[in-house]
Amino acid sequence: MHELTIAQQLQGLAQKDYSSEELTLHYLARIERLDARYNSYITVEPERAIDAARAADRARADGSAGALAGIPIAHKDIFCTDGVKTSCGSKMLNNFIAPYDATVVTRLAEAGAVCLGKTNMDEFAMGSSNETSFYGPVLNPWATDSVPGGSSGGSAAAVAAHLCAAATGTDTGGSIRQPAALCGITGLKPTYGRVSRYGMIAFASSLDQGGPMTRTAEDAALLLNAMAGLDARDSTSLDTPVPDYTATLGAGIEGLRIGLPKQYFGAGLDPEIERAVQAAIAELEKLGATVKEIELPHTELAVPCYYVIAPAEASANLSRFDGVRYGYRCEDPKDLFDLYTRTRAEGFGEEVKRRILVGTYALSAGYYDAYYRKAQQVRRLIKQDFVDAFAGVDVIAGPTTPNPAFKLGAISDPVAMYLEDIYTIAVNLAGLPAISLPAGFAAHKPIGLQLIGNYFAEAQLLNIGHRFQQATDWHQRTAAGIE
Amino acid sequence: MSITTTDIEKVAQLARIRLDPAAVPELTERLGNILKMVDQLQSVDTGNVTPMANPLDATQRLRADEVTETDQRARFQAIAPSTEQGLYLVPRVIE
Repeated sequence: MHELTIAQQLQGLAQKDYSSEELTLHYLARIERLDARYNSYITVEPERAIDAARAADRARADGSAGALAGIPIAHKDIFCTDGVKTSCGSKMLNNFIAPYDATVVTRLAEAGAVCLGKTNMDEFAMGSSNETSFYGPVLNPWATDSVPGGSSGGSAAAVAAHLCAAATGTDTGGSIRQPAALCGITGLKPTYGRVSRYGMIAFASSLDQGGPMTRTAEDAALLLNAMAGLDARDSTSLDTPVPDYTATLGAGIEGLRIGLPKQYFGAGLDPEIERAVQAAIAELEKLGATVKEIELPHTELAVPCYYVIAPAEASANLSRFDGVRYGYRCEDPKDLFDLYTRTRAEGFGEEVKRRILVGTYALSAGYYDAYYRKAQQVRRLIKQDFVDAFAGVDVIAGPTTPNPAFKLGAISDPVAMYLEDIYTIAVNLAGLPAISLPAGFAAHKPIGLQLIGNYFAEAQLLNIGHRFQQATDWHQRTAAGIE
Repeated sequence: MSITTTDIEKVAQLARIRLDPAAVPELTERLGNILKMVDQLQSVDTGNVTPMANPLDATQRLRADEVTETDQRARFQAIAPSTEQGLYLVPRVIE
């Protein structure tokens, strides 16, 4: 059952080949037996999952089933889940039992999805390797000596190892697409504001966006249908109609104009990845697309721009973790200042502290104009690059990452780690949607083709992804060690 | 702009993070490297560019000033480190 996509499982459930309870028990048994190898879950919730599965089975029997009724999924541990530990990968929230559900969690539950548990992640979503998690690194199912990418590495590994049918992720600088690429799955980062951020623990509020991590583009469409839409509880969520993302999956892509940014194929790109991505683009040409080279001249400024804006916003967002209302509190504080400073010193990991300090510095008196204001100006230039490009092409294609999954511990210099996100970060700064699709291998590890769309072009990205997946079988490959 | 250990100590105070004195030199170097990378931004002419706060230049949506949430104090305080009579407890501030 675990080899099946969500679309296939929905059929199996509808035909009564198996019940949701059976499907859920099957995944729970797999997690119990296999996850010690990958460390992809922080929390597994068997009782709740079985209750939800039984409810989905009853809903199917009485005709009230939602679109995802009975499908076992996992949530990244950044999404608040009522009554269930929500750690965000941090010691700071190791004891935090969320008192409410994130909107994404509510909506997927309303569609009938069954939550198996919460997936591992880089602490507060700050990382590209999952090595910053308080709960230990996640291991890549394709090579357990290598990282799964991050920050949604647990979600990517769980989907790749078939320990859930799909998972949610969040993407601030590539945290859905990069792990999706390195684990050989499909990951979609929607337009900023498309999916509600309510109950999604904030990292950088002007960049954070939740999205689906799945085996196929078709499954991503099924999940996004449930996740997307206006939410009164998120003032940045957008009041733009949500189409049925599955309706246009099969449409032809003849005449589609694809732009290849010169800057995404330059020095630093692994040659095997370049070949695989070029082959994937040739496949899209066979389906009727046309290709032309484009320029995104401010590409190299994306990483520096992001490492002002994201830490600045993080330093403000993470000021709420002070040991007073919830979460970790240090032992025997001698006064209030000691309570704050020791709680935060002991509760946060090294990368999180570094980013809070960089952000605090960038926002401090005398530096605001030189850093934050300057970065917000450069951010507009980066966005304008995309606006200009989309005047001449429909989508932009390139690699998701410059390198395949690297070995655990291989990158210890923060700046070198930041540069792993070179092709994904500009998309967040511009607020655009983008998808990563499995597109081959480099050093025997999966790599991703990234397609960047114009604002609200999720349906188009999923359509192209689906057509690509009908013509190729990269998304059907599973790692040798997966039972 | 290079950053000094004194800057780091000041920023850590602002951020309410206690630093292990032994870790300050290495932290200064790492943060210095991040800021050096970030300094590429200074080479760009942004004279007439309006800073961008929202990707779609959207503005905050307003709602009617009505009570929409219910009181859940007891529920929220159940997960607090220390409370008494509906109040969050912290170490004494004024002797």
